[in-house]
Amino acid sequence: MKRQFPLVITFCVGLFMFVQFFVPHEFSARFYQQALRWMLIIGVYAMALGIMSLWMSHYRKVKARKEGWGFSMATLIGFACMFIFGLLNITGVQETLYETAYNYVMVPVMSAMFALLAFFIASAAYRAFRARTVTATVLLLAAVVVMLGRIPLGEFLTFHFGVKLGIPQLCDWILYIPNMASKRAITLGIGLGSIAMSVKILLGVERSYMGGK
Amino acid sequence: MEGDKGMATGERRKRSHWHLLMLILSLSLGLSPVMAQELAEEESLLPAPATNVKAVDTPNDPGESITITWTPSADDGGGRNDVVGYDVMRAERADGKFEVIKALGPGTDRYADKEFGDHQVDNFKDYYYKIRTRAKGTSYSAAIGPVQARGQWFHSKKKVLLVASLLFCFLVYYFIAQSKRGKELYVRPIGGIEAVDEAIGRATEMGKPILYVLGIGVASEVATIASFTILGRVAKKTAEYQSKIIVPCFDPLVMVVAQEVVKNAYSDVGRPDVYDEKNIFYVTQNQFPYAAAVNGIMLREKPATNFLLGRFAAESLILAEAGNIAGAIQISGTDRVDQLPFFITACDYTLIGEELYAASAYLSKEPLQLGALKAQDWSKVAIMVFLILGAITVSFGISWVVNLFSVG
Repeated sequence: MKRQFPLVITFCVGLFMFVQFFVPHEFSARFYQQALRWMLIIGVYAMALGIMSLWMSHYRKVKARKEGWGFSMATLIGFACMFIFGLLNITGVQETLYETAYNYVMVPVMSAMFALLAFFIASAAYRAFRARTVTATVLLLAAVVVMLGRIPLGEFLTFHFGVKLGIPQLCDWILYIPNMASKRAITLGIGLGSIAMSVKILLGVERSYMGGK
Repeated sequence: MEGDKGMATGERRKRSHWHLLMLILSLSLGLSPVMAQELAEEESLLPAPATNVKAVDTPNDPGESITITWTPSADDGGGRNDVVGYDVMRAERADGKFEVIKALGPGTDRYADKEFGDHQVDNFKDYYYKIRTRAKGTSYSAAIGPVQARGQWFHSKKKVLLVASLLFCFLVYYFIAQSKRGKELYVRPIGGIEAVDEAIGRATEMGKPILYVLGIGVASEVATIASFTILGRVAKKTAEYQSKIIVPCFDPLVMVVAQEVVKNAYSDVGRPDVYDEKNIFYVTQNQFPYAAAVNGIMLREKPATNFLLGRFAAESLILAEAGNIAGAIQISGTDRVDQLPFFITACDYTLIGEELYAASAYLSKEPLQLGALKAQDWSKVAIMVFLILGAITVSFGISWVVNLFSVG
């Protein structure tokens, strides 16, 4: 019964949501909005579990003075400060302290992480674009054409030497013809895979979301 | 004397009335050509009215909307009385007062009446419409109605989706039945999944932990659910080999499910004592802080094997490269097409799109799972056939194949 009940709920609700997709009536739209609200509410309850896990994990590290416990302490202090700022809604100079902390601490830190991507792309490209095999050579040439085609240098190099088929045009062809075709093929497969997965979940064949049994 | 005075006054009054009348008459006669000319000029300033006005309940909607269409005025787009706009007018009775609900520019030939507030359309209520054409003057179309708004119970433009879904379900049922009857269903080898056991063995030999990243999706996403299946398999192996598995989670619900999956996996192999809930923990629900935390774990714990399976966004390359720097063997998989190139470049094995979904069928070899996989494959064949057919027919000007699949 413990296993059957969630499967029955999954089947009934899943079937209803499938039917809802084809029914534009107001009743169906209202049910969909209600389902979204329930998802948000469940998510908030789950957040409580997540916060407990976060605190326990870092508290244990601080208490045992494990390696890197200072970072755990910083995490806990940061969490506590943002919680207090948000709860008390303390107003600062121009905005609330919560907004100040988010805009002047969180956003720059997240931007710094995002900026790391540029360096990681360079290191990944350095490793990947090597002419070891035929396919790797084709990949290398295509990457060079696309990279040059996206900057003014590509256009300058091509037309300055009187070549009629420009690198930017070749870049566009690579991106819009073979690349687009393969992307669409993968997307089609993913779409069918999603449907198959959803059918399996609906019928109770796929039960990994219940812990695997 | 006074009487004579009164009579004289009366006579004068009568005469003045007569004079006034004559004056008015002569003026009228004299001015009538001018007035007639002005009247004629005013009529010539009136634009031709909009014609063929129709109002219908907007199809395939939840209700409270009526679509009005009309043929634009003959004077629209030029002529002596170039139209400057149309006003949509509505009343709740045929003989009621028509109010302007929307002013539209020239060239417009349709309007969906679904405004909120004062002009809201109520379901099952009669409405009448007419179109006022504006130029130097204004002219009116005939009023039409009554028309009522109502919600539809079936979206007629999604018929083809319904048929395709039902056909797919039929294919799934057919191949499951075939598989249950004992028919061998071939599944091609997938390198990433075959390498799972080898990767876990490597971690055990090196005495290092295994890092399993479920991505930044929520528990209801298909990629995350597919990743849970592989996590169960990996957890069983780590329980057998008594290796450590670390699962940092982006979403609290994902954390809860992951804990349950790993716990059940350890119980299945008879090692519930080795299970440590502390190894599956929540990190944060922010993308780049999550990537920073996982990077930190990779560089501190130095796992021998990284599994990056689920939904990923821009942080995919940050995670994959950090794992590369830490020297781990990496098996990745995602259904986000734009992140696949990063994984293919930086990881040792990559499950591309649906290969991630096929993992459950591949690992369990259950008839039910394999049947669904076969149904997917044959659906792809059907799609390829229609794609080729559509491309050929459209090249010869036949568009019904393409139109068959138009939705929305």
